[in-house]
Amino acid sequence: MLEVQLGALDAGLPPGVEEALDLVAAFDEALATGLGRLSQQGAQAVTGLAAAVAASPLGDRDAEAAEKVATGSVAGEHLTILAGARAALLGAVADALLARLDEALGRSRAPWEEPADGEAAAVPENLLVGCRSWLHEVAITGWRGVGHDLVAASDQAIEAMLAEPALRRPAVLLDGLAGELRASSPVATMEKLPARRWADLWTRALMLTQPGWSGAGDPGVPVSGRLLILGADVHEHATAVQLQVHGVLEPKDGGTPRLVRTAVSATKVDTIVGPAVWGVLQDHPVLLGALARHLSLDLTDMPLLASGDLLWDDAKAAAGELAAPFSTARVQLAGALAPAGPPLDRHPVAISEPVFVEGYKAAKVDGGLEFRVGGQAITVTTDRLPGCGPLTPQLLATSTACIGLLRWDGRWLLQPLAVQSTVKRQPVAAHTGDWALGPTDPKVVKSLARSGDAVAVLRERAGRLLRK
Amino acid sequence: MNADPTAWERRSVTLVVPPVQPRKLAKVPFVELADGRLQGVVSSGSDIGRVYVSFIAAGTHGFNCSTNNNRPCGGLYSSPCKHLNSLVAEAIVQYGAGRVARYLRVDGAETIESSYDLIRALNGGHEPGSAAVVFSRFLRHLGYLELPATTAPVAEMHWFPSTGAVR
Repeated sequence: MLEVQLGALDAGLPPGVEEALDLVAAFDEALATGLGRLSQQGAQAVTGLAAAVAASPLGDRDAEAAEKVATGSVAGEHLTILAGARAALLGAVADALLARLDEALGRSRAPWEEPADGEAAAVPENLLVGCRSWLHEVAITGWRGVGHDLVAASDQAIEAMLAEPALRRPAVLLDGLAGELRASSPVATMEKLPARRWADLWTRALMLTQPGWSGAGDPGVPVSGRLLILGADVHEHATAVQLQVHGVLEPKDGGTPRLVRTAVSATKVDTIVGPAVWGVLQDHPVLLGALARHLSLDLTDMPLLASGDLLWDDAKAAAGELAAPFSTARVQLAGALAPAGPPLDRHPVAISEPVFVEGYKAAKVDGGLEFRVGGQAITVTTDRLPGCGPLTPQLLATSTACIGLLRWDGRWLLQPLAVQSTVKRQPVAAHTGDWALGPTDPKVVKSLARSGDAVAVLRERAGRLLRK
Repeated sequence: MNADPTAWERRSVTLVVPPVQPRKLAKVPFVELADGRLQGVVSSGSDIGRVYVSFIAAGTHGFNCSTNNNRPCGGLYSSPCKHLNSLVAEAIVQYGAGRVARYLRVDGAETIESSYDLIRALNGGHEPGSAAVVFSRFLRHLGYLELPATTAPVAEMHWFPSTGAVR
C-alpha cells in the first residue's frame, strides 16, 4: 500500500455510515436493558431502526414489528424482523466501506453471483426453534438481566446443534456468545457492556437459525490451478478454532489470478491454547505442511464457493514448489481479482482484505503501534496476534515489510499475517502459519512440552469415561 | 485508544474473556468458573478409572468433593481435601489467582497470590451437593474433541480473532 492509497482509504467515513451506525448503537443500547420493557428512548431506537429500512423490502414488516415492540407486545417474530433490519443496515455499511477500499486500492472485485442451489442439508427444525426462543428470551430480558440460569438454558440447544454438522456455524457462534455471557454473569455487575459486539452476535445467531437457512447450499464449482499462499488468519474462542488461509489462485486454464481463501476448523476446549491448537487441525497435513514450509499448492477440482472460499479437501491438493508469501504479495496481489461476499455475511467485521505494506516506519502510540507511510498512518492490531504463531508486537515494531489484512472496526486497521524484520542485523521473516507443523522456536517447544499433550490427556480421559 | 468514551461499547471485536493459560491436565483434567462455582474434575491418584468431582461456591464458599457416583471423598472434613487443593492450584494456573479470587468473591481478592492464600481466605464449610451437573459438564467438555472437523468457512469466527501472542 502506498501513501496515496492509505490517504484515500482514510478520507473520512463514506456518506451515511455514521448515521447508520448511530441507529445501530441506539438499538444496541435498548437491547442491553431489554426489549420487553422499553423506555421512551428505547422505543425511539426501535422505530428509528425500522425507519432506516423503510424503503427496502423489509420496510412494512419492520414498521409493524417496531410498533408492536415499542408498545410492549413483543413476539418472537417481531424480534427476528428487527434483527433483520439491523443486519441489513450493517450490510450496507460494509458495502460502503468495501467500495471505499476497492477505490482506494484500485482493487477489482467480481460482482456477486447467486450460486446454484446445492442439496440443502436436512436440519431438525426443533433445534432451530429452541435456539430462537432462547435468543428471543435474551432480547426481552436484556443483557443486563442475564445471569447463570439464563445462560445455562442455552446449553442443551447448543450441544444438540454442535452434533449437527450442517448447523456448525450457528452452534459455534452461540457457544462463543454463551461462553462470554457465562464468564460475565451476572451481567448486571459489569461496569460497561460490549453492546455492539453482543448485539452483532445475537443478530447473526437469529439470521442463522431461520428456517430455510441450510448453511451448505452452495456446492461450489471445481477449480484447478496453483494456489500461492499469502498468509494465515487464526480465529479462536474457548471451544473452537478456525484457520483461514488467504492466497492467490492461478487458474490452470489461464485467466486472471483470483484472491481466494480457505478455512479449516475444529472444536476444542479452552485448555488447548497457543501452539497446541495446531494439534486439533492435523486432519489437513497437506495444507498445514504448505503453510509451515512456504510451498505452493497444486489444486485439482477443488470446489470454489461463490464467496471466494475454497472448500478444502486435502486429497485434491498436492504440495508444490517453494513459494515465499512475500514474493506472492509483491508480484501477484495487486492484479488479483477479489470476490464479493455473500449478502447475508456482509458486515464490517467480515472485511479482511489482504494487502502488502512496505517502506513504513513503525511507531509506538498510546501503548499500540502504527505504521507510518509518508504523511499517512494505519493502526496495527497488536492485540490480534495469535498465540499459535511467532508474530509478536516486538517483531512488528522492528519490521520493514508486512503482509496483512485490512479490517474495519470503527476505523481502518491492519492485522499482520507476516512481517519481514531485522534481528541482530540479519533479515528474518515470520508468518502466522510458521508453526503449523509444530513450533520452531526452542523456547516455545520447551514450554509446550512442559504443559504436556493436552489433546492426548483429554482423549485418554474421554476414552475411559465417555462411553461408560 | 480512541478518546471517544463510547468507543469500546461500539466495537464489534473486543476481548471479553481473556484466554486461559495452558497447564498440565493429567491430575486435574477439567476446571471451570461457571454456574457460580469454581468446579472441576480431579483424577484419582490410585484408581485410573475413578475421578473426583469438586467445587467451591462463589460467595458462600461452601465446598464439596465426591466421586462421580456421589460417594463422598474420604479426605473431606471441615476443611478442603487434597482434591480441592489441587483444583484450586490448577485453577490459579489456568485463570490467574486474581480472576479465581474475584469469581469466588473472596475478601481481599487482590492480595491473593497462591492456592495457599486462597484456601485460607475461604470462609465456608462442607456443603453436600450433587456431582452430576459438574460431571456432565465435564463429559460435554470432552465431547468437543470427538466432534468431526469441518471445512465449510465459518464466517462468524471473524468476531473471535485469536489473541494471546507472547508480549
